[in-house]
Amino acid sequence: MTSTTTATDGAAARRPLPVPDLSLVVLIGATGSGKSTFARSRFKPTEVVSSDFCRGLVSDDENDQSATGDAFDVLHYIVGKRLAAGRLTVVDATNVQPESRKRLVRLAREHDVLPVAIVLDLPEEVCAARNAGRPDRAGMPRHVIKRHRGELRRSLRGLEREGFRKVHILRGEREVESAEIVLERRYNDLAHLTGPFDIIGDIHGCRSELETLLGKLGYEDGAHPEGRTAVFVGDLVDRGPDSPGVLRRVMGMVAAGTALCVPGNHENKLGRWLKGKKVQHTHGLAETIEQLEREDDAFRTQVREFIDGLVSHYVLDGGKLVVCHAGLPEKYHGRTSGRVRSHALYGDTTGETDEFGLPVRYPWAEEYRGRAAVVYGHTPVPNTSWINNTLCLDTGAVFGGRMTALRWPEREIVDVPAERVWYEPAKPLVTEAPGGREGRPLDLADVAGKRIVETRHMARLAVREENAAAALEVMSRFAVDPRLLAYLPPTMAPTATSERDGYLEHPAEAFAQYRADGVGQVVCEEKHMGSRAVALVCRDAAAARERFGVTGPTGVLHTRTGRPFFDDEAVTEEILDRLRSAVTAAGLWRELDTEWVLLDAELMPWSLKATGLLRTQYAAVGAAAGAAFPTVTKALEAAASRGVETAGLLATQRERAADAAAFTEAYRRYCWPTEGLEGVRLAPFQLLAVQGRNLAGVPHDQQLAWLDRLVEHDPTGLLQVTRRLIVDTGDEESVRGGVDWWLEMTGRGGEGMVVKPLQALVRDGKDRLVQPGVKVRGREYLRIIYGPEYTRPDNLQRLRDRFLGHKRSLALREYALGLEALDRLADGEPLWRIHEAVFAVLALESEPVDPRL
Amino acid sequence: MFLTISTTGTPERPATDLGFLLHKHPDRAQTFSTSHGTAHVLYPEASTERCTAALLLEIDPVALVRRSKGKGRGGAPDAALARYVNDRPYAASSLLAVALSTVFKSALRGVCAALPERAASPLPLRIEIPAVPARGGAELVRALFGPLGWASVRAEPVPLDERFPQWGDSRYVQLVLEGELRLADALRQLYILLPVLDDAKHYWVAPDEVDKLLRAGEGWLAEHPEQKLITSRYLARRWGLTRRAMERLELVRLAEADDIEVEAIDNAVEETPDDTESAENAENAENAENAEGAEGAEGAEDARPKEVSLASQRREAILTALRDAGASSVLDLGCGQGQLVQALLKDARFRRVVGVDVSVRALTIASRRLKLDRMSERQADRVTLTQGALTYTDKRLKGYDAAVLSEVIEHLDLPRLPALEYAVFGSARPGTVVVTTPNVEYNVRWETLSAGHVRHGDHRFEWTRAEFRGWAEEVGRRHGYEVTYRPVGPDDPEVGPPTQMAVFTLTGPLTAQKEEKAA
Repeated sequence: MTSTTTATDGAAARRPLPVPDLSLVVLIGATGSGKSTFARSRFKPTEVVSSDFCRGLVSDDENDQSATGDAFDVLHYIVGKRLAAGRLTVVDATNVQPESRKRLVRLAREHDVLPVAIVLDLPEEVCAARNAGRPDRAGMPRHVIKRHRGELRRSLRGLEREGFRKVHILRGEREVESAEIVLERRYNDLAHLTGPFDIIGDIHGCRSELETLLGKLGYEDGAHPEGRTAVFVGDLVDRGPDSPGVLRRVMGMVAAGTALCVPGNHENKLGRWLKGKKVQHTHGLAETIEQLEREDDAFRTQVREFIDGLVSHYVLDGGKLVVCHAGLPEKYHGRTSGRVRSHALYGDTTGETDEFGLPVRYPWAEEYRGRAAVVYGHTPVPNTSWINNTLCLDTGAVFGGRMTALRWPEREIVDVPAERVWYEPAKPLVTEAPGGREGRPLDLADVAGKRIVETRHMARLAVREENAAAALEVMSRFAVDPRLLAYLPPTMAPTATSERDGYLEHPAEAFAQYRADGVGQVVCEEKHMGSRAVALVCRDAAAARERFGVTGPTGVLHTRTGRPFFDDEAVTEEILDRLRSAVTAAGLWRELDTEWVLLDAELMPWSLKATGLLRTQYAAVGAAAGAAFPTVTKALEAAASRGVETAGLLATQRERAADAAAFTEAYRRYCWPTEGLEGVRLAPFQLLAVQGRNLAGVPHDQQLAWLDRLVEHDPTGLLQVTRRLIVDTGDEESVRGGVDWWLEMTGRGGEGMVVKPLQALVRDGKDRLVQPGVKVRGREYLRIIYGPEYTRPDNLQRLRDRFLGHKRSLALREYALGLEALDRLADGEPLWRIHEAVFAVLALESEPVDPRL
Repeated sequence: MFLTISTTGTPERPATDLGFLLHKHPDRAQTFSTSHGTAHVLYPEASTERCTAALLLEIDPVALVRRSKGKGRGGAPDAALARYVNDRPYAASSLLAVALSTVFKSALRGVCAALPERAASPLPLRIEIPAVPARGGAELVRALFGPLGWASVRAEPVPLDERFPQWGDSRYVQLVLEGELRLADALRQLYILLPVLDDAKHYWVAPDEVDKLLRAGEGWLAEHPEQKLITSRYLARRWGLTRRAMERLELVRLAEADDIEVEAIDNAVEETPDDTESAENAENAENAENAEGAEGAEGAEDARPKEVSLASQRREAILTALRDAGASSVLDLGCGQGQLVQALLKDARFRRVVGVDVSVRALTIASRRLKLDRMSERQADRVTLTQGALTYTDKRLKGYDAAVLSEVIEHLDLPRLPALEYAVFGSARPGTVVVTTPNVEYNVRWETLSAGHVRHGDHRFEWTRAEFRGWAEEVGRRHGYEVTYRPVGPDDPEVGPPTQMAVFTLTGPLTAQKEEKAA
């Protein structure tokens, strides 16, 4: 502040101070040297963490030296959090003592960022004058400044040795004022390059296969006519017949700007040999040395410089893609440190060695949860397969396998076979990349605790901890294998409450609501009173294994909380088999180009699964009423015949008795005995997804047409058609038709209907999701929900006071999560991503909401 | 809900005296307002020979639900506490008992200024209640009313639904009591026994409930052979149950979403009479430990006096295995109510004990058992209880000396077992893993266990010794553990021990997580 006047004089030449854009900047300077002012004018306020501020936080006094210990704990904590989040951070403290800097350098290393020192070396008088101008420091003894300056001067020469990767020393006020921070992009940050890329796996001197592969990818003499960029994942050399040829090609492409290359462990070792270091000529290095010795010195020098200049990994395409040799956990992406480099080159090992004496690789991909795809090589595998958004491209070309490339962003695999076995492997190729298909366990951290789930259709949705806890209990104890649990159905809100005499729900409100939402055509679908069932039907056991990784079952049939419908797997398989036959006969496998279908359906009768509830709750109430009322009415009649005034009471009790009888009739309609599959009915009403496609957005008329064909092609009588009527919400006559249809159906004892926008996935004028459906339940059916006597006018009037807001919101949130799960499934995303959305639906189902809605 | 009281008479002692005794005139229908509805008293018959008084309580079902409404968002009532589909308007519950005591207050006390001698002496009574909810059925009804001087106790079970005879009987009976009793005694019996049979009350049980019981039970309860049952049911700490219900509302909702009863999914923990008080009492704690063997047959076995329960033997065997392995940090995976955690904490060599269970309720009970909130900091530092599920990998479980899976694997569906195997042996990778599970071969030795039945309702499978060993060998081979086996309980020469135990010891040179730490 005191220096502002001097800052204006003269147009001193700006002095650029290069600083990596992710680094820990440590300011070093005596008290009064102007560090805070410097930091304030050159960095964002949130980037600067000052020791004075932290001292104030813990002691209410920025100059309380006795609080220094705690203040630095807080400072280090904040710095650690910022660095973990990948944010440039500036430490504003004197930092004149080596011990204090040492902790900061360690902190930078722990987060794999570069420490940078900026020293403000100002004369004692300047510091003293500035302190004197500050009331809170005016009393600071001169010897403190003296001591600081002494310590600073002694530190100056050793800063690089302490681990600072850049050291900027500013001597005197002029230099300080002219200093200008220039942020530098990290070498590994090529996020601005969007490709498209062709990422090429391990080559190991297989020159001929490389040329074939480049040709297949469309490259002509190292350049792609469409301007694509090749990215080599390293291990260009060793073992194979022509490592120099491969190097020449790759170095040429990199120099021409048509390729990027990251180093593999074999380049690293070769580089050390080229520098004259002693290395063992094992694992195929001997072959390379022999080949390189036939080349001239100039070439070897070029190779040495090329390898020297390789960057351990690249972050590409806006951060969506990370390429490195041996795989990289998310926390190392874009970071720079020795261990990041070592991890990128060698991968993580468990420390154990296997029976062939080779290191056992740590299955890092299993734990990978990053959003960036990591494409790597290093571990030869017979087949490439995505695991948690990671892909290993080393298909062992040199061992007689294939050489493989990935087209990005197309995610297409392009490969060529090896021309021969160039080198005998020390052990057979492992069957899977580290982790493998069986090793894709879900992690508790994917589901537990308070969570936010990103969805495409409704942005971020929160799951509360207590709901996640309940879902965890049900999911882990009762649900089917999560690999088969691709979807849980969302809850559905009822229509707005009707004011019509005798009705709590009536279709008129549903039609009006959709009309107001701007939905012209709706489909009314008969509501089957059974239990919600989701069926995943694979074409055969092989398809189930191929896509869902399960051995044995050919699909699954589960309830709305993910429980298997039948204890007996054979019964499930029987149902799946009938469904499968219908899909086959209807020709849907070919038509939808899929090996599996996911169906939403209703399984009947209700009594099949709800027997317990029927017995303890519904039938029990009917039994109690049935036992009580005959005695009651008989007694009242006797009293009346004696002339006791009971007229009103008798009439009421007769009505109540009739209500109770109607209640019993209501639940009985949904109960019938079954024997095996005899008597069991399944009414599919939506085809949710097939291979590569989320079908939940397909209009319902088209949906129902598919499903009608299924029912038609089921000779066993298991499948049942869903009756429907399309209503134009803007056409009075059509609406009247819809109402009549409902009245007729519920009059015959039907449960009611569901009204859905014909276009299925609809947004309103304000771009909000429209309810995917509302239920309009029949008058008699609602006795099961609101009690036998709910239709009595005074009861009905009070029951109309119900709150739908939360139910509607819940229905939309669960719908968005369900869609998200289907989208993730269709996009072939990792299991944990699908499970996250499915789990969230279950968790939301345990939110408090009026259960009668 | 409804009941009638009838008596017979002679011209000298007319039946219509009942009107005096009840303080209600036989020729008028009278109406009383009670807290949950309207009570009507009227006489279907009133002659010198026969007189019948009827009490009809009209319950307002909507008000009943709304009254117990929770304070949820938007005033949404909660499922567990309030259902519109409710038997209360029809069945004779505590609501009727309270109405009885309100409407016939003086009669209940035996007070009758007009006819004091009739009130004081027995008269021929016939009491009919068409729908009595009886947890315990007709048998319990007879056991409760039988010893009380009635000449005849008829309790006819009401079928659930005659359309579906396979559903069997409901928990309601049609009750007819006949005999010569003082009216006041009969009314007081009903006042106490209706809620006892129902095993529920509509109101919070307050401390004065004991006084009510003593007052109404005067003269008959002390001698009653079922006194213990009557007292415990009448005074049952309903708030405890309600609190438990509150704890698991999330589960209630999930059950409801799936049209099943909450008991079907919230069954990870046995309902033992094992609350804080009894855990504080050494003797009761012992009972509670035995009661954990409410695991059917084991419970039967454990009930034998002076024999160490199988549960304790199992715990001892596990502790021995852990000591042999030299473990100091131990995971109890599937810790349930925390009995093993408690035992581990008693031995100072176990410096770090973590109990993991998927059931939040189990953890709550375990936490109460261990009195975590009252533990000294030093002790509390040794123990952690946390929710976890063994079908998911869990980084928090890495780096422990030993893990225990005691009576856990059989609660998992077999197809899910590989997930547990990976989470424990592949990911957490403790140095030692102790697994116990029932030996199904031994089941023939449980007299109370009928053939082909598992020992516990939630057991998804029970293994023979060969099956268990087959699994254990395979796990050991896949994950680099050596396995030894130890019997728990009497090792029957023919069928082996009741519990089989495998101790897995890691043989790999370095484990994944140790390497990770070193990096």
